[in-house]
Amino acid sequence: MMPGTVLTGSRIREQRLAQGVRQADLAIRAGVSASYLNLIEHNRRRVGGEVLVRLAQALGLDVQVLAGSADDGLIDDLRSAVASGSDGGAAEIDRVEEFAGRFPGWAGLLAAQHRRGAQLERSVEALNDRMTHDPHLSATLHDLLSALSAVRATAGILAETEDIDPDWRQRFHANLHKDAERLAVGAETLVAYLDGSDQPQDGIAAPQEELEAWLAVWGWHLGEIGAGDAAALEGGILGLPSAAARVLARAWVAQAAADAAVLPLSAFLAAMADLGPDPALLAQRFGVGMLPVFRRLATLPGSRFGLVICDGSGTMTFRKAIDGFALPRFGAACPLWPIYTALSRPMSAVASVVEAPGRPAQRFAARAYCQITQPTGFGGIELREAAMLIWPDAGSAGPVVEIGSTCRICPRAQCAARREPSILSDAG
Amino acid sequence: MGQHVLLIEDEPNIAEAIRFVLARDGWNVSVQADGAGAVAAVARLRPDLVILDLMLPGMSGLEIVALLRADPLTQNLPVMMLTAKGLGRDREAAARAGVTLFMTKPFANADVVAQARALVGL
Repeated sequence: MMPGTVLTGSRIREQRLAQGVRQADLAIRAGVSASYLNLIEHNRRRVGGEVLVRLAQALGLDVQVLAGSADDGLIDDLRSAVASGSDGGAAEIDRVEEFAGRFPGWAGLLAAQHRRGAQLERSVEALNDRMTHDPHLSATLHDLLSALSAVRATAGILAETEDIDPDWRQRFHANLHKDAERLAVGAETLVAYLDGSDQPQDGIAAPQEELEAWLAVWGWHLGEIGAGDAAALEGGILGLPSAAARVLARAWVAQAAADAAVLPLSAFLAAMADLGPDPALLAQRFGVGMLPVFRRLATLPGSRFGLVICDGSGTMTFRKAIDGFALPRFGAACPLWPIYTALSRPMSAVASVVEAPGRPAQRFAARAYCQITQPTGFGGIELREAAMLIWPDAGSAGPVVEIGSTCRICPRAQCAARREPSILSDAG
Repeated sequence: MGQHVLLIEDEPNIAEAIRFVLARDGWNVSVQADGAGAVAAVARLRPDLVILDLMLPGMSGLEIVALLRADPLTQNLPVMMLTAKGLGRDREAAARAGVTLFMTKPFANADVVAQARALVGL
């Protein structure tokens, strides 16, 4: 068995229910508000330190029972570190939880190094890409090197040729002067170019990740933006490290505003209370497409829905994660995700229950839909955009699709959809 | 001595410097400034060595080398390529096309002379 991904909040809930204690009573005993405990139990608030100790005392348990051995995010990062390592086979992947539990400091350091390494790798790639494909930089450098070659060759002649003819010397001096001027201009151009351009060297994150981190700070909810907030929002956008992220953020903000205009918050909440969170019914009620409803559901204040959006190539263009449903940081996801089913069946509603690997395995409801647009008119290009809503659905019966995050860190050895071996030892 | 080298280089100051150092070393130097007439110049002048830049107006150094190698008369002609680009890919392509030796800009005059001599077996 692979190490589980049981979360602290789930453990608290499990223990409380096992003891037959009501949530409100436990909240009183532990000295926290019932609503806060509810968030904790659903893993929507991190819990640790004193609050966890009080909850453990109130349940008469050792705090370790609730805390578990290690943080699951850390475990995921460690697995990912092994997956990306060139010599991943050397790591005792089956003992990752023990490692993280016994040496949390070292494990945290390793995970942080891995993240940093991935960032740097991306920076190098970006710079390399820029050097290779940036015609301006390439042309300027070429020009500089040419001028420098001429200077070196000419200066060499002047320095090394003792009996040089005065006419030749005169000529080489003039050449030297001309090339020196050229070098000065070229160097200036280059400096101005490098200074003036946006530097991705920071390498904090891919633009998508910057956007997602920024949206998380806003609680993902940008819909109801007053005139005063717009300035704060723009300030936040200007604070994003890369120009690419700023472009993505502006587009997302504009889309959120458009979504909010057709799906006003109070009317939308009322419709949800009436119809449930069924995207198709909600879309019909408001006379809008499916994707605005998906986005709105995932970005309501305190929304429990996770959301993934991808383009026609399957590349994830937006990710709002929820606990227990791991979204790969880089690269392609599990081909069994319902979002890819939807991508291959545009305009058709895909509903399923999926199970993420772990101990115990966690179930999620998924609703996926792919929208087709013809942005250049009839006979023009056809764009596909697919979205998938996910939310915890522990109680569901019926057929379940066993999915993963991405093959490299998925433990399902016998999966028919596997495209590459897993680093997890029991995946064969 | 009296070996004949054809220099194909569009940078006049580089061409002038190389012409000077090679001439002083006893070479007979012809200079061609663009790529387009390069192959014809080789056929006309029948040099013992060709020195050419990678990036030339009219026709790239790469194409010129490929054409020279395709002709039985010039397939073994030593070719020294000057390249300002340290990029591995261009260099690989040029090596595949049949460049005998690379000289990376900025080069030292003495190196150009020494390598030119070596290429014609002096």
